Amino acid sequence: MAFENLTEKLSRIFKKLRGQARLSESNMDEMLKEIRVALLEADVNYKVVKEFISSVKEKAIGQDVLTKLNPSQMITKIVHDELEELLGGGENEIQYQNNKPTVILLVGLQGSGKTTSAGKLAYLMKNKLHKKVLLAAGDVYRPAAIDQLKQIAKSIDVPVYSKGTDISPVQIAKEAKAEAFNNHYDVLIIDTAGRITIDEALMNELNEIKKEVNPDEILLLVDAMSGQDAVNVANAFNDLLSLTGIIMSKLDGDARGGAALSIRHMTGVPIKFSGIGEKVSDLDVFHADRMADRILGMGDVMTLVEKAQEEIDEKEAARAARKMMSGKFDLDDMLDQMRQVKKLGSLGGLLKLIPGAPKVSPEQIAAAEKEMKNFEIIINSMTFEERHNPEIFQYSRKIRVANGCGKQVSDVNRVLKKYESMKEMMKKMEQYKKSGRMPPNMGGLGGFGGF
Amino acid sequence: MGLISFLKEKFSKKKDEKVENYTEGMSKSRQNFSNKLNSLTKKYKKVNQEYFEELEEILIESDVGVKLTLRVIDEVLEESKKNKIYDVEEINEILIDHIFKDYMDKGEQLTDVRFVNNGPTVLLVVGVNGVGKTTTIAKLAKRYIDKGKSVLLVASDTFRAGASEQLQIWANRLNCDIVTGPYNSDPSSVAYDGLTKAKKENIDLVIIDVAGRLQNKTNLMDELSKLRRVIAKVIPEAPHETFLIIDATTGQNGVVQAKAFAEVTELTGVVITKMDGTSKGGIILAIRDELGVPVRFIGLGEKMDDLKEFDLESYIYGLCVEK
Repeated sequence: MAFENLTEKLSRIFKKLRGQARLSESNMDEMLKEIRVALLEADVNYKVVKEFISSVKEKAIGQDVLTKLNPSQMITKIVHDELEELLGGGENEIQYQNNKPTVILLVGLQGSGKTTSAGKLAYLMKNKLHKKVLLAAGDVYRPAAIDQLKQIAKSIDVPVYSKGTDISPVQIAKEAKAEAFNNHYDVLIIDTAGRITIDEALMNELNEIKKEVNPDEILLLVDAMSGQDAVNVANAFNDLLSLTGIIMSKLDGDARGGAALSIRHMTGVPIKFSGIGEKVSDLDVFHADRMADRILGMGDVMTLVEKAQEEIDEKEAARAARKMMSGKFDLDDMLDQMRQVKKLGSLGGLLKLIPGAPKVSPEQIAAAEKEMKNFEIIINSMTFEERHNPEIFQYSRKIRVANGCGKQVSDVNRVLKKYESMKEMMKKMEQYKKSGRMPPNMGGLGGFGGF
Repeated sequence: MGLISFLKEKFSKKKDEKVENYTEGMSKSRQNFSNKLNSLTKKYKKVNQEYFEELEEILIESDVGVKLTLRVIDEVLEESKKNKIYDVEEINEILIDHIFKDYMDKGEQLTDVRFVNNGPTVLLVVGVNGVGKTTTIAKLAKRYIDKGKSVLLVASDTFRAGASEQLQIWANRLNCDIVTGPYNSDPSSVAYDGLTKAKKENIDLVIIDVAGRLQNKTNLMDELSKLRRVIAKVIPEAPHETFLIIDATTGQNGVVQAKAFAEVTELTGVVITKMDGTSKGGIILAIRDELGVPVRFIGLGEKMDDLKEFDLESYIYGLCVEK
């Protein structure tokens, strides 16, 4: 990895500050310098960084740092508040029309992810908001762009309005709107050809589409990997079309998306969605506060909580928690716990959301996920009695289980060992509970830190 | 004689098509960079701290990257102090000299695909999503077809909807042979078929297109190393060339990309696409600085002939020097 990402960088800087009694001009300067470099490495625009740093400095110096917070917490808070201000604000929800189709025009540079995002938007609106969606294939220039849209549309069962490549995009948009109107669609999403801002012909064409269909939303795709020029690109589109929103694409990469933050700051256009993966369901509404948390290494706790609420069976979780606390904890409980965690998504994705989660490499995560899968297979091969009384395991039982699931006895032993250590942890937790202290290293996910 | 005056002289004599193309394609970038430098020159008679800060801003806004920028500025600052140079134009020349030298010192300079003596030369093309891999492959194919080579395209991007079709359309237009596989099939097996065919028919150049992947997706990167192994099974020394395609608008993540891809598949070159926008492509310098991988080609437009051999002198000339 070329550089630490912004999160890692800032948390390291903050760590350096930890233990220092007060914010002095000199330690502030050093830290601000590092924040500046970190932001620039994250591709936040030079001018935005400049403003950001001076405003943080102003606020930090003006404030009484010797209150309840220590200096590093103080700076964290100031930087966080600043970042949130930079990111947030504005109307970031799509306004749907009541009696006619809501027309959404997707624009952006080549390769920014328009066609993919058109499919994702359609999926989101159809499945989560129960809208009747029509896609329009307006990219008549890139070879096979229409095929691509059709394939995506087919996979999510949404119709595409397409007239091939021998027709002007303006005409397609116009006809698609009529089609959407006549057949009572709730939403029409128009995919357009990627362009380079200096290409006036294509920019004019967009303007004509805008005049022809009068879209309710004009969303610009911004690649999270964009560099310093992203602000100029966004400005060019905004000047011509008056954008209503930004979709940040490829946020599942390791780019920090600093450029998109600058766009928000420089154009005032709100960020409405973020593309967070390759699957058609991987589009999320944009959360400015969470993004600020994320940048600061505070984890995205809100997203985790929401995910947990969506996926975890509350009764089941409560039952497991009671059982854990009572010290009665068997292999079935361990399996349940693993399944609940798995429901939340990939371990790697989860770890990113947890503040202060240990740093693990993708290989370690892949290994842990494989291990969890193996554990499930092995536990499933045990009898009811074995699962509830793991103490009865003897060599012959282990051999039977290992043979039953095509694993080695050592694998079975690993499961049992893990179980023992988790049980041990439960006991400790019980003791801690009694003594009124919190145990160290106990995240909300129970014993899975140990994988 | 400074580099600028050297380049100026060189290019005023040699007004060939290549330079024209370069300066035309990069006119936007060039304007931004050189206009800024020029306005700086007018604003300041003598250099001072502020002047260096503005130089820093120009470089960072060109995506050169904060690390390289700070280093180059420091070097120039030092030289200015040591030799008591405070003339703005001279300082600019020193700056460009340093950028030039930095690139040259980092390794060999290559452009054209290096063909092997016996059997097909295999070129693997990788990159993140949406950088223009497929289009660049078409442009590369055309380049070598025009040079009289037999070219086979292999559509190993079986993942992105429409990718195979897109390459197929290009193959038809170029009248070029192509091997494809079914949607969502194993990319390695498509490559295997393609290479077997190439070997049998003694094709000069095989270009393999793979699905774009973000460099932090472990499983996709694993797939790439598998693909490499399969390629080497059919043709032992292959792939002879592996080009990483990078979008000129990419910010500092471009360096991260290059490093990650270099880890799973030895990169022999970088191709920068979409240099016809307003981006300055400073990532060229950042990647070279970090990895030493040479930039081989540069995409200057949407036309088929707009893929040019990378020429450092023209690049810097186009970037920094007034027409």
